Amino acid sequence: MPTRRRAFLILAALGLLAVASFWAALAVGSIHVTAGDVVDALLGRDVAGIDIVMQLRLPRALAAFACGGLLALAGALMQVLLRNPLADPYILGISGGAGVGALFAIIVGLPAIGIDGLAFAGALAAMFLVFGLAHGDGSWTQSRLLLTGVIVGAGCGALVALMLALAPEAKLRGMLFWLMGDLAQAGAWWPPLLALAVALLLAIPFARELNLLARGLLQAQALGVAVGRLRFAIYLLASLATAASVTTAGSIGFVGLIVPHLVRLATGNDQRLLLPASVLAGGALLVVADTLARTVIAPQQLPVGVLTALIGVPVFLFLLSRQPK
Amino acid sequence: MSAGLLAARGLAVDIGGRRVVAGLDFTLAVGERLAILGRNGAGKSTLLATLAGLRDPAAGQVDLGGDPYAALSPRAAALRRAWLGQGQADPFGSTVLETALTGRHPHLGRWDWETARDAEIARGALAAVGLAGMEQRQVPTLSGGERQRLAIATLLAQAAPLYLLDEPLSHLDLNHQMAVLQLFAGAARECGAGVVMVLHDPALAHRFCDRALLIHGDGRCDLGSADDILTAERLSELYGYRLRCLDADGRRCFIPE
Repeated sequence: MPTRRRAFLILAALGLLAVASFWAALAVGSIHVTAGDVVDALLGRDVAGIDIVMQLRLPRALAAFACGGLLALAGALMQVLLRNPLADPYILGISGGAGVGALFAIIVGLPAIGIDGLAFAGALAAMFLVFGLAHGDGSWTQSRLLLTGVIVGAGCGALVALMLALAPEAKLRGMLFWLMGDLAQAGAWWPPLLALAVALLLAIPFARELNLLARGLLQAQALGVAVGRLRFAIYLLASLATAASVTTAGSIGFVGLIVPHLVRLATGNDQRLLLPASVLAGGALLVVADTLARTVIAPQQLPVGVLTALIGVPVFLFLLSRQPK
Repeated sequence: MSAGLLAARGLAVDIGGRRVVAGLDFTLAVGERLAILGRNGAGKSTLLATLAGLRDPAAGQVDLGGDPYAALSPRAAALRRAWLGQGQADPFGSTVLETALTGRHPHLGRWDWETARDAEIARGALAAVGLAGMEQRQVPTLSGGERQRLAIATLLAQAAPLYLLDEPLSHLDLNHQMAVLQLFAGAARECGAGVVMVLHDPALAHRFCDRALLIHGDGRCDLGSADDILTAERLSELYGYRLRCLDADGRRCFIPE
């Protein structure tokens, strides 16, 4: 268990990492901007490249940080809620529901705001459907919730595949990019960032109770945790955080799964440290991945979800293989 | 506390629609120890979880220190009773000391971190069950018996006046069985702690408990002093196997025929 002092030190180090990731995101690209000019641009001084930094790269980096943080937070919460280290933000079908909504909007030719709106509506629909079905008889055990979520997700996957099969050729590329996760489509940067701040502020006060919840429902209840209320709140919070991220940038994979694990390996499983540390690490990772996505084969852009998965899969397999059990 | 540490009134417990305990009335006084015995599946654990407020009774009421569970917040209840369940599993792994410190949860405010004093209490509890020096071990590397003792240490760290123990001796070797029973006997004698424990050994129940409750699994319960209840005749009926009782200096020993 980290002391409060050690927790602050770790968070400060991760904060520096996040700042470094922003520096890379703002400086690197088809037009290179020096570190000094980046600072000048952020301070509002008129320098060469100020438009690129302030109008293009900064909003995109902020959106990337917010989405990465939201996914890592949602992943950490889902892992505790389901008491399953392999849970991720999408395991309960949220991204599937959002995918159905977003692809439908793309097929019928709605503007960006319509795609975002239907994606969010789809995510909410999946969330309430899974909760309603899993909660049906009031038991809502972890395995029941998990199974319901996986099945609803599979159903959404089938609908997504159906729409891909039926969609006109011209729209396929946009649909695929949405499914793989792509920050070029991110609209305003402030809604996901606001969602991230609110979600973290809501989760932190319950972090010690989450530590107990991870050890078992009855144990937690016997130690004074209002388990029913807490689980419902966590389900809602993790689902909405996921929905906010998916609405902004599509279903970016693996951030929500591996970041909490990486942080857990480095700092232990105390949620009081794990939750904020996951937010910083997840945000920084996605900022770096997005910078790579738009520079590796520039001028062409890769969907960032492909890069997070390409980085994530080997890292995760490596961690899994060396887990001492 | 005149109302006793724990009181059941007209308590009934169902498992899957079957009534296993009906019309149970008792009050547990300060410093009193009660053993619960019965066959597998008779409803011992379910009854204990109901007494711990983790399950709603099918009928009747359970009072904890004079207040019904409905009137107590989960945290207030956790300050009045500690519950030992069967089988602990933490899918994420943690150290022995971290696990013992979870017992301090009800004593801490929302923004508090465990203090040096909490760590001291947790270390003391670990030492009491013979786990001193293992504070930094990962829980998954412990043996079954060590994990059981860790769970008991967590309970001691919770420092509640009432212990509800579901098979506290499972996985323990003979030495540690006696040590754990003597530990709770000492807590009852010196601190006035109440102890309710599910046991499978009638001889140990007779030696370490003041009263005994036999659960027959069909709603019938026998409750009385350990001397009256833990007899060869009653236990033979309870377990459906003939037992003979031997007396050795006031201690009873039950031998299957």
